[in-house]
Amino acid sequence: MIAAPHIRRARSVRAIMYEVSLALVPAALAHVWFFGPGLLLNTLIAACVALACEAFMLTLRGQPRQPYLQDGSALLAAVLIAFALPPLTPWWVTATAAAFAMIVAKHLYGGLGFNTFNPAMAGYAVVLVSFPTELALWTQPRGEHDALSWLHTLHVTFTGALPDDLSWDHITRATPLDSVQTGLTQGAMLSELLLDPRLSAYGGHPWITINVLIAIGGVWLVFRRLISWHIPIGVIGGVVLSALAGRMIDSDAYSPVFFHLLSGSVMLAAFFIATDPVSAATSRRGKLLYALGIGVLIYSIRAWGSYPDGVAFAVLFMNMLVPLIDHFTIPRAYGHAR
Amino acid sequence: MTALTLHDFPGGLSLPPNKAQQTAQPISTLALPDRVWVPLLQHRGKLSRPCVKRGDKVGLGSVIGLADGAFSANVHATIAGTVGRIESRVIAHRSGLSAPCVEILADREQAQDFAAPLDTDFRLVDPNILRQRVADAGIVGLGGASFPTALKLTAEADQSLHTLVLNGAECAPYISCDEMLMRERAGDIMRGAQSMLHILQINRCMIALEEDKVLAIDAMQQALEDLSDSRFTLCLVHAKYPEGGERQLIQVLSGKEIPSDGLPVDIGYLCHNVGTAAAVFDLFATGRPLTSRIVTVCGDGVAQPQNVIAPFGTSIQSLLDHAGGLLPGSHRLIVGGPMMGFTVDSTDVPIDKGCNCILVMPEENARQLNDTMPCIRCGECETVCPASLLPQQLYYHARSSHLERLPDFHLFDCIECGCCDYVCPSNLPLTQYFRYAKDELWFRSQQQARSNQARERYEQREQRLLRQQQERDAARAERQQATRDAKQKQSDILAAVARAKARKKGDSS
Repeated sequence: MIAAPHIRRARSVRAIMYEVSLALVPAALAHVWFFGPGLLLNTLIAACVALACEAFMLTLRGQPRQPYLQDGSALLAAVLIAFALPPLTPWWVTATAAAFAMIVAKHLYGGLGFNTFNPAMAGYAVVLVSFPTELALWTQPRGEHDALSWLHTLHVTFTGALPDDLSWDHITRATPLDSVQTGLTQGAMLSELLLDPRLSAYGGHPWITINVLIAIGGVWLVFRRLISWHIPIGVIGGVVLSALAGRMIDSDAYSPVFFHLLSGSVMLAAFFIATDPVSAATSRRGKLLYALGIGVLIYSIRAWGSYPDGVAFAVLFMNMLVPLIDHFTIPRAYGHAR
Repeated sequence: MTALTLHDFPGGLSLPPNKAQQTAQPISTLALPDRVWVPLLQHRGKLSRPCVKRGDKVGLGSVIGLADGAFSANVHATIAGTVGRIESRVIAHRSGLSAPCVEILADREQAQDFAAPLDTDFRLVDPNILRQRVADAGIVGLGGASFPTALKLTAEADQSLHTLVLNGAECAPYISCDEMLMRERAGDIMRGAQSMLHILQINRCMIALEEDKVLAIDAMQQALEDLSDSRFTLCLVHAKYPEGGERQLIQVLSGKEIPSDGLPVDIGYLCHNVGTAAAVFDLFATGRPLTSRIVTVCGDGVAQPQNVIAPFGTSIQSLLDHAGGLLPGSHRLIVGGPMMGFTVDSTDVPIDKGCNCILVMPEENARQLNDTMPCIRCGECETVCPASLLPQQLYYHARSSHLERLPDFHLFDCIECGCCDYVCPSNLPLTQYFRYAKDELWFRSQQQARSNQARERYEQREQRLLRQQQERDAARAERQQATRDAKQKQSDILAAVARAKARKKGDSS
C-alpha cells in the first residue's frame, strides 16, 4: 500500500533554497554597484569552500552526496556569509567562515535540518571575533570614489596587500553604524554626527538602497509563502520598539529608528537570516517571540555592546533559546480548552 | 436563503478541484453484474453475522448479514440471485484486511425483497419505529466513514441537540458523488432530511455546500423553494480542504469547536452526509434498504470518468469497465480521494458502503516517496493543519521513537487529512508516521492494560491464597484451642471426680 496523500504541491527544499538566494540578487547587484565586485568574489570563495566542506563531511558521515550538494542550502549559507563580510575580506577569512559554518555548525550537529545554530551566522561570528582587523574595513561606496575594479578586488582579496596605486585610506572607511558608535564613545553628540551627509542622507546612502532592495526581496518571499511573516515583523518590531524607547530616554545618545533599520544588517537578519527555518522556533507564536528577541538583542548589542552591529550574536543567542521557546509555545490544538 | 455569518477554520488548503470531467455527464447506472461479493464488514464497528447459506435464494434487499453487537449494521443482498460461497476475501480497507464476503450469483429476474414502504406520512409515525427501520435497512454514513446512521439518529436523550447539518461540502479533489446527487436528487435529499428532523425531534437543518458548485446550488435552491420548509437553510461555504470533515464544517457553520474528546452533539450539532439523507428517503418511500451507492470513477488513467450507481460487492474492475476501461500506462489504483484514499493492489476488490471514489492516477503524476529530504522545520505544515497541531514536532518525536511525548503534542487530534504531507517541501510521509504512532501507542496502551490486568489478577490470587491460609491457620488454632479446652474440661472433671472420691473416702473412714 502506498500512503495517502497521492498528490503534492510541487515545491522542494531545493526550490525554496534557490528562490531565497534569488531574492537577494537585486540587493547583490546594488552592492556590487556601490562597493565593487567584492561580494561576488566572496560569494564564490564561500560557495566553493562550503560545497567542498559539505562534500567532505557527507563522505565522512556516509551520507549520499548528490541530493545534499544540490539542495542549495550550502549556497544560501555562502551568500549570507558574503553579505555579512566586507567586500575586501581576505580569502582565507571568508574560507574560514564558510568552513566553520559547514563543518562545525551544520554537520557536527547532524547536517541539513538538524543544526541548532544558523550556520552562516556561526561562521561569521567566528571570524568576527577571531579577525577583528580584517573585518573592520569597509570599502568606500561609489560616489566619492570610483568602485573598485575586478583586478583590484582580486589582488586585495588574495594577496592581502594593496596595489601600488591605492592606499587603504583611499578605499576604505568605517560603516555608518561604526562611525556613530565610535563618535558616541568619543563623546560626540548624535545630532552633530548625523550632520555628516554620509550618515544622515537616508535617501541616497548606498546602505539604504541595499537594505530597501533586501526588504523588497524579503517581502517577495513572504508573499510567496517561503518565509512566514512572523519573523520579519518580529525582528523589525523588536528593533523599532527598542529604538523608540532609546529615543525617548535620550535622543542625543540613541540613534533614530530609521538609522537602525537601514544602516546595518537588520533587513538581512529580518528576512533572510532569522528566517532560517531549521534554527528558528517552530510555532507561529514561537517564531514571533524568537524574532522579537533577536530584534531587541540587535539593538542592545548596538547600543551598549562593543560591536557596531549585533545581528550574528543576537541570532545565535536566540538559536540557543529555541528549545525553550518551543516548549512554551505549543499551540492550542483544535477542540482543546484555551 | 437567509444571510448567515460563516466562520473559518485554521489551516486548510485550496486544492485544484479536478472534477469537471466526471461531472460533465449525468449519473449512470452499472449494468447488472453476474455476481457480487458482498462484504460483511462495511461499516464502522463489528462484523455482521451471516444469516444465509450456500444455495439460498435471495431477492434484492434480503438480509444476508445481521448486525452483531455494538456499532454494527445489517448487510443486504445487493442483487437477486443464489448465494454462492461465503469466504474471506480482500476488501476495500485501508489496512488491506480480508473479511468474510457473501457471493451472490445473479438471477435473470431480479426479485425484490424490500420491507413495505411507509404508507402514512412519516410525521405520524413514532420516531423510534422510524429509527429502527433505518437500523434494519443497514444505512450507514455515506460520506466515507460508514458509521451506522441509526446510532447517530439517537439523540433525543440529549436535549441540547438543536441542528442537523447536511454535509454536501465535498472538498477533496476528484470526488463528486455528492455534488451529482445534489444536482439530480435535491428534493429527495431534503425529504430524507425532513424525516431525520422528525426522528431527532428538532427543527433546524443547515445544508452546507461549497460556493463553487453552481449547478448543485441551483438544484438545491429550487428544491428548497418547492418544499418551502422554513427549517432549512442553505449555507454556501468557501471551498477549502478539509471542509468536508464534520469538525471543520461545524466550526465554519457555528464558529464553535467540538471538544477534543467529544462529539458534535456535545455542542448541539449532528452531521449527516447528503447521500445518507437520500438513502433514508429511499427507505421510507420505497422500502429499499441500502444496497448501492454512487461511486465517482475518475482520474487521468480512466477513459470516461463519471459517477456510477453500483451495488455493493461489485468489483472495482466492473466499475472501471463501465467507465471505458483504463488508458495505457502504469497506474495507481486508489479507493477514496487523492488526499486520504488508500491504494489497492487488485481490481478484483468489491466496493462497499464507504467507497465514494475509485481514482486511477498515472504513476508519474502521483506522489512518489523516493526523493525525501530531512525536515527543515519550515513550518508550512503548521500553517495548513486544520487541527492546529505542529506536524513537524510530531514527526520529530515519532521518528525518534519518543512516542510517549506525542500525546503532549495532541497526536490523537490529528484527523489524517494529509494537508501537511501535501505541502511538505521535504516530501516526508508525515500522516503515515502519525498513523503508525497512533497504532503503536494504542497497542502499547492495550498491552499496558493487559499487563495491569495480569498483575491485578496475580495480586488478587496472592491475597486470596494468603487469606485462605490465614483462614486455615485460624481454623486450626481454633480446633487446637477447642481440643485443649476439651482436655482441660476432661481433666477438670477427672480432678473433681477424684476430689469427690477422696472426700467420699474421707467421710466413710
